[in-house]
Amino acid sequence: MMLAPSNDNKPLPTGKLAANIMHFSRVLREAGLPVGPASVLDALDAAQSGSLETREDFYWTLHAILVKRRDHKEVFDQAFHVFWKKPKMLGQLMQLMYHQITRAAPDKPKDPGFRRLAEAMFDKLESQSQRQEKPQALELDATFTTSADDIIRAKDFEQMTLAEQTQAKKAISLLRLNTREIRTRRFQSGRAGANIDMRRTLKNSLRAGGDMITLATRERQWREPPLVVLCDISGSCSNYSRMFLHFLHAVANDKTRVTIFLFGTRLTNVTRELKRRDIDEAVGKVSAAVKDWSGGTRIGLTLREFNKKWARRVLAQNASVLLMSDGLEREDVTQLTHEMQRLRRSAKHIVWLNPLLRFDGFQAKAAGVRAIMPYVDEFRPVHSLDSLADLATALARPTSPAHNPKNWR
Amino acid sequence: MTNIPTSIDATAALLKSNGYVAGRDMATVVFLALKMQRPLFLEGEAGVGKTEIAKVLAEGLGRKLIRLQCYEGLDINSAVYEWNYAAQMIEIRLAEASGELDRQRMGQDIFAERFLIKRALLQALESPDGKAPVLLIDELDRTDEAFEAYLLEILSDYQVTIPELGTIKATEPPIVIITSNRTREVHDALKRRCLYHWVGYPDARRELDIVKTKRPKASLALANEVVRFVQALRAGDLFKAPGVAETLDWITALNELDSVALDPQTVNDTLGVLLKYQDDIVRMEGSEAKRILDQIKDEIRTAAATAAS
Repeated sequence: MMLAPSNDNKPLPTGKLAANIMHFSRVLREAGLPVGPASVLDALDAAQSGSLETREDFYWTLHAILVKRRDHKEVFDQAFHVFWKKPKMLGQLMQLMYHQITRAAPDKPKDPGFRRLAEAMFDKLESQSQRQEKPQALELDATFTTSADDIIRAKDFEQMTLAEQTQAKKAISLLRLNTREIRTRRFQSGRAGANIDMRRTLKNSLRAGGDMITLATRERQWREPPLVVLCDISGSCSNYSRMFLHFLHAVANDKTRVTIFLFGTRLTNVTRELKRRDIDEAVGKVSAAVKDWSGGTRIGLTLREFNKKWARRVLAQNASVLLMSDGLEREDVTQLTHEMQRLRRSAKHIVWLNPLLRFDGFQAKAAGVRAIMPYVDEFRPVHSLDSLADLATALARPTSPAHNPKNWR
Repeated sequence: MTNIPTSIDATAALLKSNGYVAGRDMATVVFLALKMQRPLFLEGEAGVGKTEIAKVLAEGLGRKLIRLQCYEGLDINSAVYEWNYAAQMIEIRLAEASGELDRQRMGQDIFAERFLIKRALLQALESPDGKAPVLLIDELDRTDEAFEAYLLEILSDYQVTIPELGTIKATEPPIVIITSNRTREVHDALKRRCLYHWVGYPDARRELDIVKTKRPKASLALANEVVRFVQALRAGDLFKAPGVAETLDWITALNELDSVALDPQTVNDTLGVLLKYQDDIVRMEGSEAKRILDQIKDEIRTAAATAAS
């Protein structure tokens, strides 16, 4: 067969086109576009396809090869216009950026890796100096932790000391979210299935010489549906969302089909940031991406943005939604009601996590709370380690009566 | 038979002659896909002409169109190939009856090409009259991720490996068009093998061109009003903006109703052709539609006045 024409059987490009395309690709890579060497070769092939007449043709040619996502178009667009018009200007821009980087250097300790390194070294020194006392301390410590752990487990995140919070975060990082699996339309071989797998049946019977036919069966595959998390980071619940973020980090690293949004006055998708293995690095990236920590809330408005821009992309295939918010809407709740209705129609299962539930006398009186409540399937607290651990197993079971939103209406 | 176009202009002309009004961006990427023999991955909102490009290419180049509509659970048996089990069973019985004892040979006989039922993807690798077909893999985002993996081999090397039979390779690589509505992100490994293009809504001039090409019977004045109205809707804040397909449907509907110009009553009565979400319809009904209508009539008047002076 014919392969795509490679540049082996063509005269080498004259002039500086090849070098320029390579440099351009490097610029794009710096800017975060996933441009591999194969794409560079492709771009060169395409550019030499011999039908480029205008600058616009050249633009769309490179665009076709180097851009693989709609979100990248903007970056490509800017890079293209700067690079292919005034290469010098790009140099100046880069220098400007380098300048910023060098100026930022004294802030180095913020780097999570560095902090960890410092901690690791410090710990080592400490342990060396305290080597003698260690055996006794260990025994005491062990008894202390169990009792302390019990207290911590039920304690409100907001009332924890810093040390307790650190301990809680560690416990959170070990939690794994279990969700209910749903039956897919895909098959796998299995004994329990009522469907006959003809292909395997025939193969097996041939192996036996064709005399005997043992039926091989197949069964439906089960799979976790996608999960979408919407987490409120406004001032009123930012303490809880900070802890919840640690839980989300554990979830994001455990599951493949999960999308995580933070919202205050606007909506930010932080899935990519949270997928970093290192929790410090992940949290650092998230703080850099989010501009509205501890600000106001506009739940209706941000939900609207979610419904419009994201719902169709992330809520397909029976997705569940975790909505973490106190439901205290600053603005008129008509929009919130409307957007909750829309969300209800596109999501299979909605769980509302509300840190306000920590108060025993909580009543669904606030207008925002009353607007959200009719459209959720489950209503749970999210203020302590216990409630989080509960959540981690709860999604795999049918809604328990205690968390039925009907109790609160 | 029409040959593969040799320039971007020729590609645009080919598309145009088959009733597809493409922008320069679309013509470029189609030309490159044909020239470099790469699959073309088109993403965009519903109703902007992604599927249409495959049909037009098949017609314009005189190729067969093979369409694979994706759905959840689509598997290798219904997309690539399946063995004809009934025929194989009979073959085994016959072999037994005639006293065939050589197991090795029987295995080869059973898994031979004549027992293979070829589905869309395998069919696309055949070019019986020397012309490779156009393969349309429609709405890829509707399948689950597992299916994308089946496509990787076909898209990069234009071949399929069947464990019992070996590798089947295309004599002539097919023209592959993949479309997606982006209800989920398609994996980068698949995108990497394709040329990517986001198909957006056309601007007013091109949309008018499309209407003129596709609905030649509609009066120019009506077409102009309709296109401006739809463009104004898209600029507004709707949950789902109408696509080009809706514009064309609306023109047809208005023609059927014998309307020669838009008026608020007709717009209200026919909004369902244009908008498919109840929220959007409620938002547009009544005064809002009238406001947009007044606005575009103003625009048309100013445009006419400038043209006259």
